[in-house]
Amino acid sequence: MSYNRKMGSRVLKLCTAVAMAVGAMAATAPAMAWEPTKSVEFVVPAGTGGGADQMARFVQGVVTKYNLMKQPLVVVNKGGGAGAEGFLDVKGAKGDPHKIIITLSNLFTTPLATGVPFNWKDLTPVQMMALDQFILWVNAETPYKTAKEYTDAVKAAGAGKMKMGGTGSKQEDQIITVAVEKQSGAKFTYIPYKGGGEVAVQLVGKHVDSTVNNPIEAVEQWRAGKLRALCVFDDVAMPYKTKVTATQSWADVPTCKSQGLNVDYQMLRGIFMAPGVSKDQVEYFVGVLKKVRETPEWKEFMEKGAFNQTALGGDEYVKWVAKEEQRHQSLMAEAGFLAKK
Amino acid sequence: MEEINSLLQGFSVAMTPYNIGLMMVGVILGVLIGVLPGLGGANGVAILLPLTFSMNPTSAIIMLSCIYWGALFGGAITSILFNIPGEPWSVATTFDGYPMAQNGRAGEALTAAFTSSFIGALVAVLMITFTAPLVAKFALKFGPPEYFAVYLLTFCSFVGMSKSAPFKTVAAMMLGFALAAVGLDTVTGQLRLTFGQTELLKGFDFLIAVIGLFGIGEILLTIEEGLAFKGAEAKIKMRVVIDTWKQLPKYWKTSIRSSAIGCWMGITPGGATPASFMGYGVAKSMSPNGKNFGKGEMEGVVAPETAAHAAGTSALLPMLTLGIPGSPTAAVLLGGLLIWGLQPGPLLFQEQKDFVWGLIASMYLGNIAGLIVVLTTVPLFAAILRIPFSIVAPVILVICAIGAYTVHGSMFDVWLMIVFGVIGYIFKKLDYPLAPLVLALVLGDRAEDGFRQSMLMSQGELSIFFSNGLVGTITVFALLMLFWAPMKAGFNKLRGR
Amino acid sequence: METSEEKSATSVKMVDAVTAVVIFLVGALVIWDSWRLGAKWGSDGPEAGYFPFYIGLILCVSSVVNFVGALRDKSDESFVSTSSLKMILSVMIPTIVYVGLIGGVGPIPALGIYVSSALFITLFMKWLGKYKWPITIAVAIGVPVVFFLLFEVWFKVPLPKGPLEAAFGLA
Repeated sequence: MSYNRKMGSRVLKLCTAVAMAVGAMAATAPAMAWEPTKSVEFVVPAGTGGGADQMARFVQGVVTKYNLMKQPLVVVNKGGGAGAEGFLDVKGAKGDPHKIIITLSNLFTTPLATGVPFNWKDLTPVQMMALDQFILWVNAETPYKTAKEYTDAVKAAGAGKMKMGGTGSKQEDQIITVAVEKQSGAKFTYIPYKGGGEVAVQLVGKHVDSTVNNPIEAVEQWRAGKLRALCVFDDVAMPYKTKVTATQSWADVPTCKSQGLNVDYQMLRGIFMAPGVSKDQVEYFVGVLKKVRETPEWKEFMEKGAFNQTALGGDEYVKWVAKEEQRHQSLMAEAGFLAKK
Repeated sequence: MEEINSLLQGFSVAMTPYNIGLMMVGVILGVLIGVLPGLGGANGVAILLPLTFSMNPTSAIIMLSCIYWGALFGGAITSILFNIPGEPWSVATTFDGYPMAQNGRAGEALTAAFTSSFIGALVAVLMITFTAPLVAKFALKFGPPEYFAVYLLTFCSFVGMSKSAPFKTVAAMMLGFALAAVGLDTVTGQLRLTFGQTELLKGFDFLIAVIGLFGIGEILLTIEEGLAFKGAEAKIKMRVVIDTWKQLPKYWKTSIRSSAIGCWMGITPGGATPASFMGYGVAKSMSPNGKNFGKGEMEGVVAPETAAHAAGTSALLPMLTLGIPGSPTAAVLLGGLLIWGLQPGPLLFQEQKDFVWGLIASMYLGNIAGLIVVLTTVPLFAAILRIPFSIVAPVILVICAIGAYTVHGSMFDVWLMIVFGVIGYIFKKLDYPLAPLVLALVLGDRAEDGFRQSMLMSQGELSIFFSNGLVGTITVFALLMLFWAPMKAGFNKLRGR
Repeated sequence: METSEEKSATSVKMVDAVTAVVIFLVGALVIWDSWRLGAKWGSDGPEAGYFPFYIGLILCVSSVVNFVGALRDKSDESFVSTSSLKMILSVMIPTIVYVGLIGGVGPIPALGIYVSSALFITLFMKWLGKYKWPITIAVAIGVPVVFFLLFEVWFKVPLPKGPLEAAFGLA
């Protein structure tokens, strides 16, 4: 009997070993991991043509070109209520792995400014794709060469005489405007528009005096010599040394800090999923996005839009988002942008 | 002339059998998108994206732009046949197109709509070919006060022509404005009229209101009158195309006016929808047949369709030169450009000559292809009206439900559509006009944004609307349009004496 | 039509007056919310509620005029006859149930848009159109299948789906 018992236990051990091996194989073999079973909706909580929309459509293009997903990725714009429509949609799709959302700063600003009930904690963080820069732009026909010259001119003109154009109200552009005002003592009249591309064109047409457009929103007008970049709202200058205009590269744009305008602001371009999705499902998209970021097209896109290529994942990403939420809370409280309770 | 040479070069790029085949595919897809309410250009990209990577950018953009032409053509079809505008810019086409179909003249209405669309587009493409740089510069002159003045002009050219009781017209229009105000206020970032309902955050979508008010409302009216479409005797022969063409030259004045309005509205990013309303409104007040508008006058189809297509075409110019898409469907093209590494902007015309002129050449060819495709379908579509009502009606209701759902992917919108349907039915019977309501809904928040942005700029001074030649002229023109009808009536009275 | 000889369900006067009252209430609601937001002309132009406030006010005023106009209407013209109303309800009620079936409301189960459409078309053709079964079934199955191919397969637009699609592994 003892022999048999021994034998039995040996068989059992063997079985366990085989099972474990199979299990291990299943974990590594991509065929066994979770994959989408139908088309994946890529929600853009903003209108068409803006920075987030451009990035989402670009990711869609790269995914399709390199066949990175077996199921199609479909971009859907849900920009109603300053993006609340998109966020609430994803928040409401609990456990649905076929929905991802790209964020912009309205992830923080919209709930704070409007009181619409959602928070980044309602979503599942997947991956930070990049940080978008902000640049202080003026029309190339104006005489201002530095941020200081410009803010001095604004001060000299008198409070509210010079106009700053930006996207939306109580969102990133206006937050930066308020920060600039506080640092320099200048006072702008802030004119809100619906989209970033429109803002850049309004500056070319001299309907406003300056903007804080993202690089990608204004790059074409810059290349055409219509706009001048005064400074970038980051601690370090942008790394891209290829000439964009006849004389300047992104790296030639000084930091605002070096110009005595101590304002530092970048915008999150990150991907989130619906709440309650499994780890496998998150891992799948992390994998796909990693492959996207390795393509030459992505690198070119990053350079064209002068993005800050910080791409945090996992816990670091969560920590970063939490910190950024705190920062927006205090920035917006100072500016008086919080919704009345 | 340099443009002619470049254009000929462009034609040689576009005129390959391969590219012409792509044009046909694009146009057919576009017509489908245009016919089905709620489907937008983004869906076109979803299908085509995988295909376009194997193509060169010029072929790809030819196909994508043909979707755009197809959608412009296709919007008119359901407007005329069922009073359901497939796209926002074909709302004004329903005003006379649908009565024509009811009188058994669906084929004529469709032919008139398609042909005038084509003419509008042709005028706009000619303008793009020869005046692109100039026009791009002109578009830059438009800031908030100018936008507001343009919207004001649209309202003024349309208002004052309603035959309903004045206070019912006012109530309908204000209802439209109130609906347009729901959602987030651009200027202050506050939520308005949402009453804490998350469904209301995104505001009332124009398409849902229109599908309900016009489409469902019309079905209810038809049911009441005994379950029959009146267009059963619609001619279904190709001859109808030739016969209609013989009548069209009569309306040359309207065509010229509407083309001008369309080009103007397309460049000043007013877009195709306001252009179609304005084209209709202006034709109604200027044409000798004006008083018959709304009863099935062919001129009432020609006017909005010419203007809409001219605007839709010329709207591509600011997109190419400035990088702002004038409509969701134009955003599709923009998306396409970006994927091939072509960034629209002031330099596109210099750096990507082949591409730009290939695109312009394809505008000519694509529209011709589009016209041929849609004209051959005229008998087919006219024949749909021969299908008995109790088969067509449920299918239309299904299409309406799908259309309302796809706009935002929300069931709430489908319920809303039904509510709008009941409102449409009651309003129609009580003689509340629907057109001012719809116009206010589509332009209300944009006009308000323009006004309040202007006020921010001028710090509350209304004089900003007369602050330069451009905005002053438009404002004065708008006020003239407002008082045109009473002035004309007064003038006629004087002359009569 | 011969509606004048049939029994009237309600008069134009009545519906006109009720509509005016409803519009008045909408106007009042708009005024109330606009006032909450601030409806004055601030230092830099109108506040968020400025335009809606006056829109609401004009709505209220014009609906009072319309209400009075409706009451003064001496004719007792019929708005809708009982038989017409029955016809309309025989379409409206199935339509409402249809929309309910798509997404599921209260006791109504969610069947998705394709199955609901098939049922709806069947009902409509059979009950109101009195068609024979073969043609009814053909249209009722054919139309949803065409839409399925068009939207789900071709245009990649996901529409609401129910248990049937799930059973086929399509949802």
